[in-house]
Amino acid sequence: MAKGRKSLARGGNRPPLEFYVPEPKFRPGDPVDFVHVQVPPAGAQPRPDESCAAVDTSPLCYDLVRVLDDEHQATGPWNPRLDGETLREMLRVMALTRAFDDRMYRGQRQGKTSFYMKCTGEEATSVASAFALASDDMVFPSYRQQGILLARGYPMVEMINQIYSNRADHLKGRQLPIMYSARDYSFFTISGNLATQFPQAVGWALASASKGDSRIATSFIGDGSSAEGDFHAAMTFATVYNAPVVLNIVNNQWAISSFSGFAGAERTTFAARAIGYGMAGLRVDGNDALAVYAAMQWAANRARSNHGPTLIEHFTYRAEGHSTSDDPSQYRSAREAEAWPLGDPITRLKKHLIAIGEWSEEQHETMDRELAEQVKAATKEAEKNGVLGHGLHHPFHTMFEDVYEELPWHLEEQAEQAIRERRIKWPTWKEYEQ
Amino acid sequence: MNMIEAINDALDIMMGRDPDVVIMGEDVGYFGGVFRATAGLQKKYGKNRVFDTPINECGIIGAAVGMAAYGLRPVPEIQFADYIYPGYDQLVSEAARLRYRSANEFIAPITVRSPFGGGIFGGQTHSQSPEALFTHVAGLKVVIPSTPHDAKGLLIAAIEDNDPVIFFEPKRIYNGPFDGYYDKPAKPWSQHPDSAVPEGYYSIPLGKARVVREGEAMTVLAYGTMVHVAAAVCADKGVDAEIIDLRTLVPIDIETVEKSVEKTGRVMVVHEATRTSGFGAELVALVQERCFYHLEAPIERVTGFDTPYPHSLEWAYFPGPVRIGEAIDRLLGAD
Repeated sequence: MAKGRKSLARGGNRPPLEFYVPEPKFRPGDPVDFVHVQVPPAGAQPRPDESCAAVDTSPLCYDLVRVLDDEHQATGPWNPRLDGETLREMLRVMALTRAFDDRMYRGQRQGKTSFYMKCTGEEATSVASAFALASDDMVFPSYRQQGILLARGYPMVEMINQIYSNRADHLKGRQLPIMYSARDYSFFTISGNLATQFPQAVGWALASASKGDSRIATSFIGDGSSAEGDFHAAMTFATVYNAPVVLNIVNNQWAISSFSGFAGAERTTFAARAIGYGMAGLRVDGNDALAVYAAMQWAANRARSNHGPTLIEHFTYRAEGHSTSDDPSQYRSAREAEAWPLGDPITRLKKHLIAIGEWSEEQHETMDRELAEQVKAATKEAEKNGVLGHGLHHPFHTMFEDVYEELPWHLEEQAEQAIRERRIKWPTWKEYEQ
Repeated sequence: MNMIEAINDALDIMMGRDPDVVIMGEDVGYFGGVFRATAGLQKKYGKNRVFDTPINECGIIGAAVGMAAYGLRPVPEIQFADYIYPGYDQLVSEAARLRYRSANEFIAPITVRSPFGGGIFGGQTHSQSPEALFTHVAGLKVVIPSTPHDAKGLLIAAIEDNDPVIFFEPKRIYNGPFDGYYDKPAKPWSQHPDSAVPEGYYSIPLGKARVVREGEAMTVLAYGTMVHVAAAVCADKGVDAEIIDLRTLVPIDIETVEKSVEKTGRVMVVHEATRTSGFGAELVALVQERCFYHLEAPIERVTGFDTPYPHSLEWAYFPGPVRIGEAIDRLLGAD
């Protein structure tokens, strides 16, 4: 208490107020029971017309759009009725994403890079979304949408070069691993500052609209960063200008160690935030690839036909740590992931394909082996270009390039200083003979 | 032409030349901006290219970043520099670094216009000079004009520039130059010898200072309103000062500064912003590092005080003739 200050408490006989701090249901060692998570039956959610008034989607902001039922069949008005080939391809990219994550996670543990972030359990949110979008729709991603790059056929070797910050990393070793940029694949450069991409996506969508373009924009943030001011700026701008944009909140329940209650999840759903802005909103089972596809397709069609923006909450679960620097066993029950009532997205899609006679366990095992080999081969290819800290990096002077379009005098001087320091430290060093 | 008209002219010319230039901000459309800098532009170019925004600086700058990523050249207006902070993260963490972090895949050719500085009884929320918060950020350019002629030429250059530019407009001199004597009648730009603004397109390169007047006794480094105040005080005191209007703080024209200091040996740095860690500190450091053996006296730093801008006492805060005069005396008295 400040010097000389008396107690701040006042109020005579009035009852004392209580300070409330949210607390997750389970902590390490606790038994897990997700009975409080309402899982409505698949197929029971109405599908309004894509041109409907935003307010007509209000019930869907509290419901959960689901397509795959307990018998692994696709059911209800949101069933996107995808053919077997498309479903298999979607399954393959989801499995590839998981295989990629597993390999890169190991690479980080082997010291080949500093950091990695998996999206285990959330593969459907990115991959099925990518399948529902046009390949040139602009994506403003967060760091857990690697599935979109893989779905769009971005070369895995390029991704690994970026993760290893090696001499072939086209971002010149400047970005943290997994913070890709892929302009040719309509994939915006990833920021570590959270939710900043949301108003940017709206701006891109406005530019597209003002130019009479046909491409829409979409963006992804986590449940935690929906508490940022940028989220609300984006929602306001998107509705004010009826922007052709799809804004996604991937509610994976955890923001590092903060559960979704710290972003307001105890009071309402994230999708329901759309209602106050007059925006269409959908809450979707994020572990149901068909539901994710259907929701994104609905929102994309709505945006493309100038009926305005949509906020989608993907209700899912982060089955792994936040990143390789995180230890989830320190703050949540180890049983949570397996007890998650909406299952695993890859397993659910696989069982659906098997149930409709389009797939088999044997085929799946074969595919998993092939994908593991594919990732391994890409990793070996990328490693030829070096791994983090092993010397094979971009030429030294690139550190000073691209701060501005042209190198100003003060950076030129600082670059000369940096090179001088390097020569003192390693007298035989030459810029281009590393 | 006054500075507002010059800015309006620059915007008009650039919108006419480049269909990708768009203007956005609070009240900039139908109304033409609270200072009228965008007057008539919506009517001429349509709402697609000149539009009002919500009161949300984070949204304004964030959307501008996305528009720039699409390929437009947004010129957002922040109504007062004091309100730029909600958009600060989008400027310093996003716009400033897009080119670097994406290795040139995405760039942010945005020109953020914002009236700044005091002297209009704007109180603490309409008077700040936050330029140093931006000069500290790698990837941003900071430009501050001091005449209508420069405002037009520099703004055109800023809009054409492929890097994000913070363009601070000294609102005290929007309508006329200001000599620091607040209790005397203000003069309009039309009576100022430097007020002639050429018609049509011209640009003034960023990173190039203007030698306002040549002199031998001392070098004055200033920008914006303070160029006029410092020049008036030097003239009143009969000091043969070389007055340098920096025009661009980043990148700064170090050659012009060095050349002048080597000639005069005495330096006074003047700005209106608060003193501690202000841009003046950077100027003093640069001169000390690069011109130390030419200096014949300690460098003088004349600034605002380290307080918020006080409404009723704004002229006590303002670095006016007395504060500048004392600094000149110290500078010239020290042998």
